[in-house]
Amino acid sequence: MADIKQLQDFATQVRRDILRMVHAVSSGHPGGSLGATDFVTALYQEIMEHNASNFNMEANGEDVFFLSNGHISPMWYSVLAHSGYFAVSELATFRKLNSRLQGHPTTAEGLEGIRMASGSLGQGLSVALGVALAKKLDGDNHLVYTLHGDGELDEGQIWEAALYAGAKKIDNIIATVDYNKQQIDGSIEHVMDLGDLGAKWRAFGWQVMEMQGNDMADIIKVMAEAKAATGKGKPIAILMHTEMGAGVDFMEGTHQWHGKAPNDDQLATALAQLPETLGDY
Amino acid sequence: MKKITYTDINDTRSGFGAGLLEAGKKNKNVVAMCADLIGSLKMDAFKDEFPERFFQVGISEANMIGMAGGLATAGKIPVTGTFANFSTARVLDQVRQTVAYSNKNVKICASHAGLTLGEDGATHQTMEDISMMKNLPNMVVINPCDYNQTKAATEAIMEYVGPVYLRFGRPKVPNFTPADQEFKIGEALMLNEGADVSIFATGHMVWKSIEAGEILAEKGIDVEIINIHTIKPMDKEAVLKSAAKTGCVVTAEEHLRNGGLGDNIAQILALNNPLPMEMVAVDDKFGESGTPDELMTKYGLDAKDIVAAVERVIARK
Repeated sequence: MADIKQLQDFATQVRRDILRMVHAVSSGHPGGSLGATDFVTALYQEIMEHNASNFNMEANGEDVFFLSNGHISPMWYSVLAHSGYFAVSELATFRKLNSRLQGHPTTAEGLEGIRMASGSLGQGLSVALGVALAKKLDGDNHLVYTLHGDGELDEGQIWEAALYAGAKKIDNIIATVDYNKQQIDGSIEHVMDLGDLGAKWRAFGWQVMEMQGNDMADIIKVMAEAKAATGKGKPIAILMHTEMGAGVDFMEGTHQWHGKAPNDDQLATALAQLPETLGDY
Repeated sequence: MKKITYTDINDTRSGFGAGLLEAGKKNKNVVAMCADLIGSLKMDAFKDEFPERFFQVGISEANMIGMAGGLATAGKIPVTGTFANFSTARVLDQVRQTVAYSNKNVKICASHAGLTLGEDGATHQTMEDISMMKNLPNMVVINPCDYNQTKAATEAIMEYVGPVYLRFGRPKVPNFTPADQEFKIGEALMLNEGADVSIFATGHMVWKSIEAGEILAEKGIDVEIINIHTIKPMDKEAVLKSAAKTGCVVTAEEHLRNGGLGDNIAQILALNNPLPMEMVAVDDKFGESGTPDELMTKYGLDAKDIVAAVERVIARK
């Protein structure tokens, strides 16, 4: 049984890390990182079977996660570090010269927990399908999880992959869309209206679920349902409703913090809303 | 000029198909994917022998490259099959991020490269692919010359761990390399030792260079012919050794002059031993419809073009 309070505390620390990392280098993407924090925390702390202490690139015999919208890297780095993939102190090197914590995730620097570079959008679902096929070939019944931005769904490759997964019944994958309805230039509706997004995924042969992505209890509940729905001939898509900037009042509900770092005063205001839980890096 | 004979006429893509089948038999981790061109890529034999290890992805090359990256991550040796243009320009960013930058063990196998694709015309005739692929860090680029060498290369790249671009073609061409010749990635092959000029050729232009060498021998010119099947990593030592001996160089490739084999050789010579050099390649332009032979003639890729380049470069010595 999940300890919701413990997961929320973990997420609060991740949010602190995100803000401090982005502030330290005056660059990065806090808005989407904050919005997706609860989900990725739940994945690594509760939902996935994974081996943090002995990182295995091939992920045989474990669940695996791919972050397709790589720009929310500070969130992922923090979750990975606090989950035991690498030292929490290394978070201080984010986006700095000679760091393994590149602006966008990469395998090039050998950072434990990262299995594929991402950043140029739209590619992660295809990658996940490749791993899902390999798991089927190997008789490994573990699952493949992905996270995508809703703006990322503008990319054609996403729909190539969606078509493949539905047509070929790739039912060991759970793809989650961070449906915060914001992208760099403004609201999704304004930039590129996604219309009936659930209907789109269903039309491609996916089973679609909805989830409140900033409600830890709902994440645990829906992800359990999603897991139970795997292996039944359909890939699973989850439309995860989140607030960009979740957890920091002045960052919520706007695209303004998509790719902007807080200044000193803004950082202080934000951190006051997020008390230290696991210890700052 | 020693007599070099061919055993049969065959297409390099069939060499790929045969090599893929052998590689599949040798290593169960070899998996293959194709974007709706199984017949053109000669992947039928692999598909029939190993249906569970073959993935038809439809006409979605970007997804194919991404899936290949995933399969490689999980320890498989994925082979992607489509035309050269759709293996490179169509998916350059996917290859860049998911294969090259992520350094995945993906084998991008590309048929119908160059002008000899023929009648389909410029939309399908890539003469820019070597340029795009060699410019990606971590990427190995191989362009074998005949059926036997393509088969051997296909088997060899499965033993190498890392991203590879393997380029081959559509038409049936003389098959002259020994069937049992080992393929060593990055090692240039001496075809004919000579004293007057070094011809470095790749792909279909290797046989054209042999034809040119015979014509030149009748004119009393003693050519050295070296088969550069691996564009990257380039066998720099072999290039410099031969160039130092003959004192002048001609390169020959079925590719644009910008960004191809000649570019690499020019760089090696310029930095180490500047010598007169001529390039037989295609000018800065797209191709067009026509038979392969007609196109090779129109775009200056015949044996006579190599002969002319040799005569020009010797005059500059």
